[in-house]
Amino acid sequence: MNLNETRISTDAEINASLRVSLLALFGGAAVWLVVGLALGVVASLTFHKPDMFANCSLLTYGRVAPAANDALLYGFCLPAALGVILWIFARLGQTPLALPIVPVVAANLWHLGVLTGLVGILVGETSGHIWLEFSRAASVLLFAAFLLIAMTAAATFGARRERELHPAHWFLFAALLWFPWIYSTANLLLATNAPVRGVVQPIIGWWFANNLVFVWLALVGVGTAFYLLPKIVERPLATTGYALFAFLTLIFFGAWCGIPAGAPVPAWLPTLSSLAGGLLIVPLIAIAIIVIKTIGGAKVSCSGGPFCFTKFGMVCFILSGLMYAAGACPKYSRVLEFTWFGPAQVQLQMLGFFAMIMFGAIYELLPRVMNAELPFPKLARLHFWVSIVGVSLFVIPLAIAGVEQGIKLQHANVALADVNASALMFFRISTIGQLILLLGSLLFALNIFVMTIRWKIALFKTALAAIKAPLPVSEVKA
Amino acid sequence: MKTGLGVFIVAAVALGSSWCGFVLAPTLQLGGAKLATVLNSTDTYPTQRTGDATLGLQIYRANGCAACHTEQVRQDGVACEVLLTGLGKNQPEEFKKFVQSLLPLPEWQHHSKELTAAFKDWNGTLPQVVLGKTDKESADKMADLLKAAGCKSETRIYAFGTDIARGWGVRRSVAADFLYDNPVQLGSLRAGPDLANIGVRLADANVQLQHLYAPQSVAKNSTMPAFRYLFEIRKIGSTPSPDAVTLPKEFAPAAGCEVVPKTEAKQLVAYLLSLRANVPLYEAPFTPVISAKP
Repeated sequence: MNLNETRISTDAEINASLRVSLLALFGGAAVWLVVGLALGVVASLTFHKPDMFANCSLLTYGRVAPAANDALLYGFCLPAALGVILWIFARLGQTPLALPIVPVVAANLWHLGVLTGLVGILVGETSGHIWLEFSRAASVLLFAAFLLIAMTAAATFGARRERELHPAHWFLFAALLWFPWIYSTANLLLATNAPVRGVVQPIIGWWFANNLVFVWLALVGVGTAFYLLPKIVERPLATTGYALFAFLTLIFFGAWCGIPAGAPVPAWLPTLSSLAGGLLIVPLIAIAIIVIKTIGGAKVSCSGGPFCFTKFGMVCFILSGLMYAAGACPKYSRVLEFTWFGPAQVQLQMLGFFAMIMFGAIYELLPRVMNAELPFPKLARLHFWVSIVGVSLFVIPLAIAGVEQGIKLQHANVALADVNASALMFFRISTIGQLILLLGSLLFALNIFVMTIRWKIALFKTALAAIKAPLPVSEVKA
Repeated sequence: MKTGLGVFIVAAVALGSSWCGFVLAPTLQLGGAKLATVLNSTDTYPTQRTGDATLGLQIYRANGCAACHTEQVRQDGVACEVLLTGLGKNQPEEFKKFVQSLLPLPEWQHHSKELTAAFKDWNGTLPQVVLGKTDKESADKMADLLKAAGCKSETRIYAFGTDIARGWGVRRSVAADFLYDNPVQLGSLRAGPDLANIGVRLADANVQLQHLYAPQSVAKNSTMPAFRYLFEIRKIGSTPSPDAVTLPKEFAPAAGCEVVPKTEAKQLVAYLLSLRANVPLYEAPFTPVISAKP
């Protein structure tokens, strides 16, 4: 009988159990964030100088643009999310990470999968479906890695000492179920040798894209915020009832969005989606109320810390959700469809909302998990201000360009070349926004990597000291 | 929501219901879709692509053309137009009087402006549009009236909307258009024009190749990237290649060289030329125009 099993784990033990896994997940995520934003800049260069990569098939717009998006979503958003989920599950359950070696293996599989997928896209090996561009080998790696981490998370969840569930549990638990389901469905029905026929393909593609980019990111982002905000302001979430309402409406309405209003498919599909898009306002309002009631009047000195990141992320979530609902409304969709408004919403969702929440969570958890201060706390705070400027300059001009493009496309006498020319000025500004975001991502990566290197040096020193230390007397005798 | 199992069940029900709605139901409804029949004809649609065009779809996929181009035309609605094609025994002046006599009638009142304008300076040239944009009921009524007056008329159905006004297509895209595509690449952004009907709009293979090699030589101010890696620039041998792309001077290669498309470029163009969504279908009807409109 081991007495340790009944003892409540100390914070230090919990943190130590998470250390290697989280570094593996976040380190790779930081690399892919930089890569994704850099690829995004390369993609947007095409609009400033169209024949820049005329002789280079690897960097043609149609390959770089999806590669950039996939690097951000699969490379950064998902592994960062998985790391944060593991941390929250361990913290809320007051238990060390179960199976601590599994996420390390899974993180490496995951990053290998992303690398395979991205190289595949650049050489032309893509499935041709939005957000599913990765080749089959890459998808299998990602799926296996996700299952391993979900298993670890579930085991940690099962071993929890605190039986009461926190609202964050619902959101994150649902997210763990959501991804394997949608990812396997989409890959098995679209990216195999015998895919479904005709327009069923895009229908399933839209369903998948909506459930991943909108619902999944919302579940993890909002769930994380519901954990972080009360913790930082040191009051309970206001209130559990509201949170339950927001959770249920988000998953029941959100899962039905995504089919564009004018799609060449049976009319009942886009009609249902439009309806669900309108109803999406309900969870958005509920979430906004919860955030305001929880943090309203709280005196937290922040100046660019995790609290600021999370607040800004939630503001972006509400905006992104409103943009999404507007795009689903048939009246506006006629104008906004096929314009830069859609990409603007996606980027706001990924970089304005989700990445911000993740940055906040990582800056909050990393010093605890590593039991060391951030190497450059000032750069971390600078990262916040850089991100705000970057996201605003990237997304707002793109959205305005989209609205203008949509209005001009409605007038058949305005030539397409003139429509595009009018968007160029907005593009120039949004490219500057991308460059600023890239700078921010470098600050983030710098903090994570210097921290990792310092930790490895310390480990090495400890090991060296252990080797050099004189043997204890007891062992000498033996 | 007190236990993990509760959360699991609720989430599974939420996602499961949307899975049934947007994955299972469309597969059951459309997964076994068969060829459509062209309206007023026994022809089936779509026709199978040639081998080159089928391979070209994969070139289209591999180069991510769908990142900037949609393949779906939208329409605002369908309307009828009534054309006067023969006067019978009537004189133009008599016909004008006949139209005048219609104007006070209540059922034609909302068409009165149009009718007055149409026949104000008319000198008897045929065919002449009587009603330009009307519903089926009024069109039939007008056709009956014209028949009773001893004139010949023709009623045409047409789709309208900005995409159609731009010349991107003749009707909206429907599910049947994509039966043979794999993957189906509808596209979601129009940084370039819609391609649903590009095989009809720009049927010249050489212009297509020229456009791929140097987009700005065909469409000035185009933001499309050039796809020069799909072409080979080589010295002209003893005889020039029959495939060589003819280019305007400022885009032409150095003297003594020619631009020859690689197989991929030829396949891609074969695919583009196979994009012809121009037949009327039950769910997207229109009357094909045999002679070009003036």
